[in-house]
Amino acid sequence: MKRRKRISRFVQNVLTYLVLLIFSFPLIWMVLSSFKTQVQIQSAEQMFWFKPTGRNYADVFGQYNFFKYMLNSLIVAIGSTLASLLLGLPAAYGIARYRLNSLGVTILIARIIPGISFLIPWYIIFSMLGLVDTYTALILSHMLVGLPFVIWVMIAYFESLPLEIEEAGAIDGCSKLGVFLRIVLPISGPGIITSSLMSVIFSWNHFMFSVILAAEKTKTLPIAVFNFLSYSEVNWGGLMAAATIITTPVLVIALIAQKFIIDGLSAGAVKG
Amino acid sequence: MTAWLDKRFKWVVTMPAVLFVLVMMAFPILYTVRLSFFEWSMSAAAPPKWTGLDNYAKLLSDTRFWHAVKATVWFSFGALILETVLGVAIALLLHRNFKGKESAKTIFLLPMVATPVAMGLVWVLIYEPTNGILNVMLQSIGLKPLNWLGSVNQVIPSLIVIDVWQWTPMISLIVMAGLTTLPQEPYESADVDGAAGWQKLFYITLPLLRPTILTAVMLRLIDVIKTFDIIYATTQGGPGTASETLNIYGYVLAFHYFQLGKASALLVLFFLLVLGLTLLMICARRSKEGDR
Repeated sequence: MKRRKRISRFVQNVLTYLVLLIFSFPLIWMVLSSFKTQVQIQSAEQMFWFKPTGRNYADVFGQYNFFKYMLNSLIVAIGSTLASLLLGLPAAYGIARYRLNSLGVTILIARIIPGISFLIPWYIIFSMLGLVDTYTALILSHMLVGLPFVIWVMIAYFESLPLEIEEAGAIDGCSKLGVFLRIVLPISGPGIITSSLMSVIFSWNHFMFSVILAAEKTKTLPIAVFNFLSYSEVNWGGLMAAATIITTPVLVIALIAQKFIIDGLSAGAVKG
Repeated sequence: MTAWLDKRFKWVVTMPAVLFVLVMMAFPILYTVRLSFFEWSMSAAAPPKWTGLDNYAKLLSDTRFWHAVKATVWFSFGALILETVLGVAIALLLHRNFKGKESAKTIFLLPMVATPVAMGLVWVLIYEPTNGILNVMLQSIGLKPLNWLGSVNQVIPSLIVIDVWQWTPMISLIVMAGLTTLPQEPYESADVDGAAGWQKLFYITLPLLRPTILTAVMLRLIDVIKTFDIIYATTQGGPGTASETLNIYGYVLAFHYFQLGKASALLVLFFLLVLGLTLLMICARRSKEGDR
């Protein structure tokens, strides 16, 4: 009986590590391929053993102008996150304290409706206003990604705060706005970090809105990576280097702030 | 001033977000609904032309539309079922105590946050028919290479694999969170009764996890049905229209063909489908809970 238990334990451990290997394989493969030449990528003999080259990275930054796209992505991700916090934090506080559930549900619709339903009208309106290919249009559209995260995560967070702290503030003569700004916000760090990280990551990754609303001037990284396909012969090494560059910041954030990311991803699941 | 603000506080704090919702969400949705009754190709010279329900009629007799419905259902449910089964199994595996448990959880998190477009392109390289690693491996064990994303029959299963890779971790994470909240007493009494491991799994763990699993499935369903990035990055609906789901067809209609009216009609129907399925799931969960 004991022996059987030990064998089953061993099998389960092997399975666990196998599962982890399979799930991390595409990322490993991406990084490996980004250090290969075109010839090495197409050679079955040099799958795992090859002489690494840094050429692809030099090309991506030199020839393909990736610094600019990176900056664009950063501006849009941070801009839309700040704007989402600015609108979302007070709104979430209002919804949590005054039980304005219908507003919370309305925000939920942003998650259910296919993104293109917004994209067609936006494209028409932004074209009329001359806002296509501007940061304004991209930041506004990416707020549709960030704002729901901020609002859901923060409603749950504000609801979990003890009311006594706020009542004490009110007795001390703080106005309601003062209570929110000086008492509630300073102790909301974890919630704000979680929602900001989610908003930044998912804006950074977002493809569909920018592919329509951005052109050469404000093109973000996902579109720059995708455009590798439009060259007549796909430069696989360069493409993998580009893919590595775009995913690395996100993966680093996920590794450092694992706890916050897990909280964010399962937000909404907890309350159901 | 302060008194004025205090009195209207709940409206003042929510107003900016409400305005955003009205301008950037409610208005576009209504505009899309309105546009679905018009014919327009976004040209300034030819203004939108009222055509009533014509777009809907055209869509419902369009074989490409019905093909997209089938592709959406096949892709979504294939992915959803695999992700649920694997997700729960992996959650149980990772919930045990083993060396490197915390780093394992972190590694497992990565597919979800990695940029989907970039990862779709990595999968294109993995699936590459002539020298991609999958076919090299198949050939090295004496099997015939497959065409994967390039084959009408294999493209949807190949895309399902990508989606399963990316999103199984989400189901696992939610189920793992659920596992930590399970009560200990049922297990203790099962031990007293001498229950085997698999009996505990099927008679205690899984039934207790049912609400958690249903929540995870519902969240996943809402997203999987709208999958865009990985399909557009890898096949753009091809080969031919073999992997063209509703979301991709809507995009193609709007931004490749500029048939805005027909695209809007498709989006309205698509939205009703997603909403209907979501409500169905919520009802299913409610009625299951009512049983007990």
